[in-house]
Amino acid sequence: MSDVTAVNPETVSAAVEEALAAIDAANTIADLKSVRSRHLGDGSPIVQLNQAIGSLPKESKAEAGKLVGQARGRLNKAYAEREAAIADAEKEATLLAETVDVTEASFAWRPGARHPLSLLQDQVCDIFVGMGWEIAEGPEVENEWFNFDALNFDADHPARAMQDTFFVDPPSDHLVLRTHTSPVQVRSMLERDVPIYVLCPGRVYRTDELDSTHTPVFHQFEGLAVDEGLTMADLKGTLEHFARIMFGDEARIRLRPAFFPFTEPSAELDVWFADKKGGPGWIEWGGCGVVNPNVLRSGGIDPEKYSGFAFGMGVDRTLMFRNGVTDMHDIVEGDVRFSQQLGVSL
Amino acid sequence: MRVPLGWLAEFTDLLSAEPEDVLAALVRIGLEEEDIHRSNVTGPVVVGEVLDRVPEPQTNGKTINWCQVRVAQDGQRAADGGEAVRGIVCGAHNFEVGDKVVVTLPGSVLPGDFAIAPRKTYGHVSDGMLASARELGLGEDHSGIVVLSRLGLHPEVGDDARSLLGLDESAIEINVTPDRGYCFSIRGVAREYSHATGARFTDPASLPTVVEGSGFDVTVDDRAPIRGNAAVRGFVTRLVTDVDPSAPPPPWMAQRLRLAGMRAISIIVDVTNYVMLELGNPIHAYDADKLSGGLTVRRATAGEKLETLDGQLRTLNAEDLVIADDSGAIGLAGVMGGASTEVTETTRSVLIEAAVFDPISIARSARRHKLPSEASKRFERGVDALISAAAAARVVELLVEHAGGTASPIGSQLAPVVHAPSIVLPLEFPEQVIGLEYSPEEVVRVLEQIGADVSRAGDVLTVVPPSWRPDLSIPVDLVEEVARIVGYDKIPSRLPVAPPGHGLTFAQKARRRVSDSAAAAGLTEVWSYPFYTAEENAIFAQSAAAADLQVRLANPLDAKAPYLRRDILPGLLEVAKRNASRGFTDLAIVERGTVFRPNGTELVVDPLPVGGVFPGAETIEALRSTVPGQPVHIAAVFTGNAVPKQPSQPAEKVDWRKAIEFVSQVAHSLGVVPELEQASPSGFHPGRTAAVYAWVDGERTFVGNAGALHPDVVAAADLHGVVAAAELDLDVLIAAAPRTGVAMGLGTMPVATQDVSLVVPESTVAAALLAAVREGAGELLEDAVLVDDYRGTGIPEGSKSLTFALRFRAPDRTLTAAEASAARNAAIAVAEERFGATVRV
Repeated sequence: MSDVTAVNPETVSAAVEEALAAIDAANTIADLKSVRSRHLGDGSPIVQLNQAIGSLPKESKAEAGKLVGQARGRLNKAYAEREAAIADAEKEATLLAETVDVTEASFAWRPGARHPLSLLQDQVCDIFVGMGWEIAEGPEVENEWFNFDALNFDADHPARAMQDTFFVDPPSDHLVLRTHTSPVQVRSMLERDVPIYVLCPGRVYRTDELDSTHTPVFHQFEGLAVDEGLTMADLKGTLEHFARIMFGDEARIRLRPAFFPFTEPSAELDVWFADKKGGPGWIEWGGCGVVNPNVLRSGGIDPEKYSGFAFGMGVDRTLMFRNGVTDMHDIVEGDVRFSQQLGVSL
Repeated sequence: MRVPLGWLAEFTDLLSAEPEDVLAALVRIGLEEEDIHRSNVTGPVVVGEVLDRVPEPQTNGKTINWCQVRVAQDGQRAADGGEAVRGIVCGAHNFEVGDKVVVTLPGSVLPGDFAIAPRKTYGHVSDGMLASARELGLGEDHSGIVVLSRLGLHPEVGDDARSLLGLDESAIEINVTPDRGYCFSIRGVAREYSHATGARFTDPASLPTVVEGSGFDVTVDDRAPIRGNAAVRGFVTRLVTDVDPSAPPPPWMAQRLRLAGMRAISIIVDVTNYVMLELGNPIHAYDADKLSGGLTVRRATAGEKLETLDGQLRTLNAEDLVIADDSGAIGLAGVMGGASTEVTETTRSVLIEAAVFDPISIARSARRHKLPSEASKRFERGVDALISAAAAARVVELLVEHAGGTASPIGSQLAPVVHAPSIVLPLEFPEQVIGLEYSPEEVVRVLEQIGADVSRAGDVLTVVPPSWRPDLSIPVDLVEEVARIVGYDKIPSRLPVAPPGHGLTFAQKARRRVSDSAAAAGLTEVWSYPFYTAEENAIFAQSAAAADLQVRLANPLDAKAPYLRRDILPGLLEVAKRNASRGFTDLAIVERGTVFRPNGTELVVDPLPVGGVFPGAETIEALRSTVPGQPVHIAAVFTGNAVPKQPSQPAEKVDWRKAIEFVSQVAHSLGVVPELEQASPSGFHPGRTAAVYAWVDGERTFVGNAGALHPDVVAAADLHGVVAAAELDLDVLIAAAPRTGVAMGLGTMPVATQDVSLVVPESTVAAALLAAVREGAGELLEDAVLVDDYRGTGIPEGSKSLTFALRFRAPDRTLTAAEASAARNAAIAVAEERFGATVRV
C-alpha cells in the first residue's frame, strides 16, 4: 500500500477484499472483534480512504464518496453475518457439549400401582353403573340376622355351626364376619325403594386356612334386582351382558341347577373362557337364582307383587382365572411386585 | 357321593357307559361334578387253573410253591399272546391243584401302580402272579390268594377276571347339594339320571313283597322334641339268625364298596353299608344276643355315658337322641352305634335297624360330638321316611344269600311320619318365575316324573311331593323342578332395563380418587389381613381404654390373633417386613380398608327375629345398632430410600416428611386443605409427628396422624432406619371434602412480593406463625409460603428465623410499595403480639 491514499475503484476494492478475507477467516467473536479494529476501525484502510475523500477535488468527491460508502456498507453487512454465524455455531457447540444419557433418568422414577382386586372391583362397578345400576355397601362385621336368617338360612344350617363362619365373641351377640356379600341384598331391600338394581362388591370371610386356592379373607360382588315381573330370563340376560363386557363378545354363559337357601330356583353360573389353562372350557364363575320369596319378605317386600334375581361371584377367583394367577398367596401377601405387574391396567 | 357305574346301570339304562357322559347328564340336572375314579387294575388279569404245585423250602425258612398254571384253554394262547401254561412262584398256601385262581399276567398293572413283569425269584422265572384280594384292591384280605370257587364263582380258564370280579368298573363322584339328600343313594342318582336323559328308571325300593317282622318291642319316648319335630320318622327292625360272620363278601359287592370309597370290613357291616349306598337309608346291625329287651328311642339324660363303636367313652347331652335297651343307651341315634352291642366275628344273630330320624336332631348331635359319619350325613339332609321297610328287607335278603343267614319272622315296624304338604301351584306360575312358557302337560309330566302326586282343578295344580323330597314345600320349589328337568338351557335371555341410576356416590368416587392419586404419586396399593393380636391393636391406640374397644373373634384361625384390626398400620408393617425379606426395602405402600371400632354401647338382639318375615322397622333399627363402627381408613408406610441413588444424585432417605407429603396428597386429591398440629401419638416419634385435622360441618375434626414411627415400633417390625407412616380416617376426610367449589375471581392486577423473616422461639410452630401472618396481612395477601428455617449465627440461642414469601395483590389497582409494606407490617404486628416475633434484619 502506498503512502498516498488514492481513492479509486482499485484501492477501494483492495481494501474491501482484504477486510472480507479477514472477516471470513475469523472463527470466534474475539477474532472477529480484532478484525473489526484492524479493518473497520480508526486507521484501517477503508477509514483512511474515507478520510482521503476530504482532500479530493470537489468534482471527484461525490463519486469517491459513493464508492467508499458502498464498500463500508458491504463490509458492515459481512461483519454482521459473520457475527451471527459464529454465535450460532458457538450455541450449537454448547448444546452439543451438554449432551447426557437421558435414559438414565428413567431409573429414578418409582411406579405406583393399585391392587389388582381393587381395580377389578372398580371395573365391575363401572359395568353395572353403565347399565343404570347403583353400588350398595354394607358392614363386614354383620348381624347374623342379615347374614343368615333374613337370607332363608335355617337356624340349624351347617354354615351357622362355626365351621365356615367367624363368630364374634360372645356368639350370643349374634355378630359374624359376613360370609358373603348377600346380607347387602337385605340391607338394600330395607334402605331402597323398588325397583332396586344394585351391585354390592366387598370383602367377605370364611374360616379357611390360607393355601394356594383358599384364603380366609376374600372378595365378592353380588348383584340384586327387584322389580315387577323379573324372571330367570332377566337374570340370564344380565349375566350374558356382563360376561360379554368382562370377557369379550365371544363370551358364553351356562346355568346349571344348584342350591342356595336365598334363591329358588338356583343355578351355578359357568362362563366359557377361551384362555383357560389347558384349552378353552367352562369355568365355574358364581352362583345365582331367583330371589326366594322368604328373602323378599325379610326385606319388607311383597313377593306377590315383586320378584327379583341375584347373583354373586368371587373377585379373587375371577382375577385368578382371568389373569392367570396360580397361587392365592400372591393375592393376599402384599408383595409389591404383584400389584405392580397387574395393578396398572384394566 | 361316589357312584359305581355298573351299580347305577342296575336301575337305569345308561345311554353311554363313559363316565364323562354320565357326569355331564347329572350336572345338567343339578348335581355337581367332583371326579372320575377309573379302574386301577389294567392289562391281562385272567382266570387260571393250578395244574401243579411243588412246595420248595427255602434257606430263609419260608416255603414257596412252584406252580404250573393254565391261563388259556387248549388250542388258545394266553391273553397277552404268550404260553397257555405258565410257571409261577407263589408264597401262599391256601390253594390246591385244580383250584381256579386269579392270575395277573406280565403287562398287567395292579392298584398302587404295581406293574407285573416276568421276575427271577427263588431260582425260577415267575411268569405272572397269583393275586390276593388286597393285591387286586378287593379288600384287606392278604392271608392267601383268591380262590374263586370259595367266592361261589366257577368261570372258565382264560376268562377275563377283571370283568368277573368287577375290577374294570369306573365310578363317578358327585357333590350332592343340601337339598338333594336322596342323591346320597344309587337309587336317587339313578332317578336323577333318568330325569336328565329320559332313560328307564326302576326303583330298587319297590321290592315285590316286603315281609314285615313282628314281635320285637320298639318304643319312642321323646320328651323334648327339637323345634317340635318328630324325632323318629321311620323305624323298622328285622332279625336274621345263623349268620356266618366270616363269610367273604361277594367280589362284586367288595368291588362296589371299594369304588364307592368304603372298605370291605366283614360281611355284616359290608351288607349294611351296601344297602345304605343303594337305598340311602343308614342301617345299624346289633348283635342280637347282646341286647337286653326291646329298643327305646329317647333323649339322653344329661351326663349319661356311652361307649361308641370307635372306642370313645362319650358324655351325652340331654338333647342327644339315643337308642336304649334295658341296659341303658346302646347307640347315638343316627350318628354312631355303641360298643356293647357291636357285631363281631362271633355274632350269629343280627338285629337289623333301618330307621329315619329328625334331620336337625341328628345334625346337632353329630356336630356336638364332632362325629360326621356316612349315617349322619344322610340323616341331616333328610332320608326317605318310607324307605325303611325295603332297606331292612334288602339287608335280610343279602345276609341270607351271602352269609348263610336265616330270615326270622321277628321284627317290628313303626308307622312312618312323612312330610307331605299339599302345594298349590297355579299353572301360569312357572312361566312367571322363569320367563319361559311351559304347557300344563309339561308341568304335570315333570312333577309326576319326580314322584309327586299331582291333581289338577282348572288352572291350578295341587301337588304332594314324594316322600324322598322333604325339600319341596313351597310353589317356587316346584318351579325349580320344572325348570331344571325341562332344562335351564331352554330359558331365554332377556336384558332388563334398570331405571336411570345416580352413578357412583360421592364417597365411592372419592375413595377411588384417593387410591388412584396415591398410585399416581408412586405408592403401591396392598391388602393385608385384619386379624390382630391384642398387642398389635395397642400400638397406635390413644389409651389402654381405647385399645380395649376391639372386636374379638370366638373362633379365630390363629388363637394368638383373635382380634379384628383397629388400625391398618400394624398389618401394613407386616407387609413391609415381608417385602423387605424378599429384597424390597425401598417401599411406599398404601392400604385402604375397613377397621373395626366398637364404642362399647352396641345393642344386642337376642334371640334374633325369625327369617322370612319382615320383623318391623324398630327391630331392623335395633339389629343395625348391634353392628360396631367400621370406618374406612387409608394408611401408608415408607421405608428405605424415597429416591434411590442414581447417576449424579445421592440416595434420599425416607423421613417424616414423606408421611406429611402423603397426607397432603390424599387430602388435596379431595379438595381438602389439611391442618397439622405438632403431636406425640402412641406408636409415633414423639417429636416428628403431626396430628391431622379437617373441617367437617364447621367443626375441626381429627383425621389421623402422620410422621416418623417410634424407633421401638420400627424395631419390633424388624424394619430398619427411619420408617414414615400415616393413617387417616377416610370417612372423615370425605365428609370434609367440598361437594361443590365456589369460583373466586382471578385477579389480573400486578403482583407485589415481599419476604419477611421472623425470629421466634424454637418451640413456635410454623403453621401457627403462618396463620398469624395470614391473619395480620389482611385481604391484600394472596398467598404466604414458608421458604426458610434458619438457626445459627446472628440468631439468639433457642430461637429460629422463619422466612415467609408474601404475595400481595389488589383486585382493582396496582399496589404501591407503601401499601404492600403496610400489609407486611400488619402481619408482623400480629406475629409479634401472638408469638413475640421480631423481624430479622
